[in-house]
Amino acid sequence: MSDKTFVLDGKTIPYAEGQTIMQAAMTAGVYIPHLCYHPEFKPHGSCKLCTVKANGRQAASCTQLAQSGVVVESNTGELNDERRALLQMLFVEGNHFCPSCEQSGKCKLQATAYDLNMMSTHFDHFFPDRPVDASHSDYLLDFNRCILCSLCIRASRDVDGKNVFGLAGRGIKSHLIVNAASGQLADTDFTANDKAAQVCPVGVILKKRKGFAVPIGQRTYDLNPISAMPGVKQD
Amino acid sequence: MNQLETAAHPENLRRVAIDPVSRVEGHGKVTILLDDKNKVHQVRLHIVEFRGFEKFIQGRPYWEVPVMVQRLCGICPVSHNLAASKAMDLIVGAKHLTPTAEKIRRLMHYGQILQSHALHFFHLCSPDLLFGFDSDVAKRNIVGVAAKYPDTARRGVLLRKFGQEVIRHTAGKRIHGTGSVPGGVNKSLKLAERDELLKDIYQMVEWSRDAVQLIKEMHSQNPALYNSFGSFRANLMSIVGNNGELDLYHGRLRGRDANGAIMFDAVDYQNYSQLIEEEVKPWTYMKFPYLKALGMEQGWYRVGPLSRLQNCDSIATPLAEMERREFVAYSEGELMHAPLAYHWARMIEMLFAAEMIKDLLHDEAILGSDLVVSGERAQEGVGVIEAPRGTLIHHYRVDENDLVTMCNLIVSTTHNNQAMNEAVRQVARTYLSGHEINEGLLNHIEVAIRAFDPCLSCATHALGKMPLQVELLDSAGATLSTLTRSAEGVLS
Repeated sequence: MSDKTFVLDGKTIPYAEGQTIMQAAMTAGVYIPHLCYHPEFKPHGSCKLCTVKANGRQAASCTQLAQSGVVVESNTGELNDERRALLQMLFVEGNHFCPSCEQSGKCKLQATAYDLNMMSTHFDHFFPDRPVDASHSDYLLDFNRCILCSLCIRASRDVDGKNVFGLAGRGIKSHLIVNAASGQLADTDFTANDKAAQVCPVGVILKKRKGFAVPIGQRTYDLNPISAMPGVKQD
Repeated sequence: MNQLETAAHPENLRRVAIDPVSRVEGHGKVTILLDDKNKVHQVRLHIVEFRGFEKFIQGRPYWEVPVMVQRLCGICPVSHNLAASKAMDLIVGAKHLTPTAEKIRRLMHYGQILQSHALHFFHLCSPDLLFGFDSDVAKRNIVGVAAKYPDTARRGVLLRKFGQEVIRHTAGKRIHGTGSVPGGVNKSLKLAERDELLKDIYQMVEWSRDAVQLIKEMHSQNPALYNSFGSFRANLMSIVGNNGELDLYHGRLRGRDANGAIMFDAVDYQNYSQLIEEEVKPWTYMKFPYLKALGMEQGWYRVGPLSRLQNCDSIATPLAEMERREFVAYSEGELMHAPLAYHWARMIEMLFAAEMIKDLLHDEAILGSDLVVSGERAQEGVGVIEAPRGTLIHHYRVDENDLVTMCNLIVSTTHNNQAMNEAVRQVARTYLSGHEINEGLLNHIEVAIRAFDPCLSCATHALGKMPLQVELLDSAGATLSTLTRSAEGVLS
């Protein structure tokens, strides 16, 4: 066992030099709620769902480096209340109609909301008008469900070397765009083999003509809550 | 046929409204115009809700449609799921499904027929039929049935539960599952699931058979009522199998006139729009479909169990076929038009569904693994199924980017719009004219509507506690009295 450890919710967590609190926790099999973090990409620290208290100060666990002797709080009533509020805001800012969404049962946003006992959306819905981009022959973009996690942006830029996706606008007007004058995915160099095609934690980037192929009962989060599988990758 | 639809001088009449009609799915109301001597001059069943699925499905990917449109209904979502799936089968070029896919879909559908018919008969209508239309309202509900006829109520509950279990095993969930997908299904049955259903199916067949006997006894005890209550003559339409047999999943359109003569047969439902036109009236959101060839006045028709049982030539399962023959013989060669005969026909269909489930559970194909097919892509498709309440039509166009550009839905209850109006008018003529308004009278009108098992929305399942408001106005329009029944069943 590493001699470098910190304490997370009363449990001693070993870490390697340079690891973040999130990385060390995942390695130890301890779940910290998150949406924009993905172990294969550089942390972004934007969704704030992974916020913990390190020695009493709030920090994004996906960007905060682990340090010996630090006492970290994550699964507390106070932090989970704040996480629920963040989730509720994400739900009302977009159009998340789980009953007819093909990612239902496989969606990290939905699974995290279930796991944190989010019983309602609480805030007034924005009901934004976001048309679907179905121009590409193999993939469809349903912007209604975008939570601005930027995983597709990082995957396209850092792995695919393409810069297909980007964020435009500021504040509440931030939105996902694609790198084409027409604004259409078909006019980018996006392909089905891109890493960006596989990282969306919600239901924005969808393989066409394959929806609902997995029966209820066999979907990613049907059998176990997301907190029971901290290292699970989005399929 | 449209006598009593529009009064000649409505300004001098007083208005009675049942708003909303309850124990029907969705929101509807009945308005009645009476003169000072309580003679009926106008009766209308209005549907006052607007759903909008046809519009907001536009721009969505086609594979999402079967799952999305089933949210139209919480009672028979399988019907919408399958009708949309059948339309999308054509979009993906799946002209013939694999045996496993078709049989799993049929199993799902018969499970739904079983649960929906059981729910309607036992939970919603048996209180009226067992206790009387104007019996003590406090007991005229499923709880009252459970107290006086515990075995009947228990069977109703368990029959419905079994149907829901069939749906769960085939669709993934009892309500709003995802089993049927364009080109097939996403799951077949596991051996353990099949065996679990097999364990109870024989009991379900037996109880379904008993249910047919129960409604037959009701007919025989009071034939004058059952043969005449709200009765009117009407054309009928349904799909039938290739050999004229009862088929609730797939077939071709056949129509008969009020005398039973076949008007059209073997019509490919892809061409439904050449057969059926829809009329819009200003006082209701529900359209009035009619047969183009006969025109608006003569072309309206009736769908659902009463039509299907008299439109088909045979039923493939032995017990239901025996009952069908007795049903047909009862009216001595004439078509049965009385709305209360819907219940008898519905129970025979429930028996048919139970027998079909039994047969399918013995078919090894339901355990297969060949689930989905596809072929040459098309841009337009029509899916038709016989839902518990009647013929259900889904029509879609999909563009080259896989998004829906057009959706037209003609749901079962829409076909019955004119027929339900006629039934209500008949009851008003017979039971309302010259009588004081009371709760029992209101229920007579609702009994006629309920016989059709309309799917206006989910109020049908409020167990007799429908909120009602009836107002009596004098000739000048002043309120004479108001009778209100709250959602809790309290009259004031």
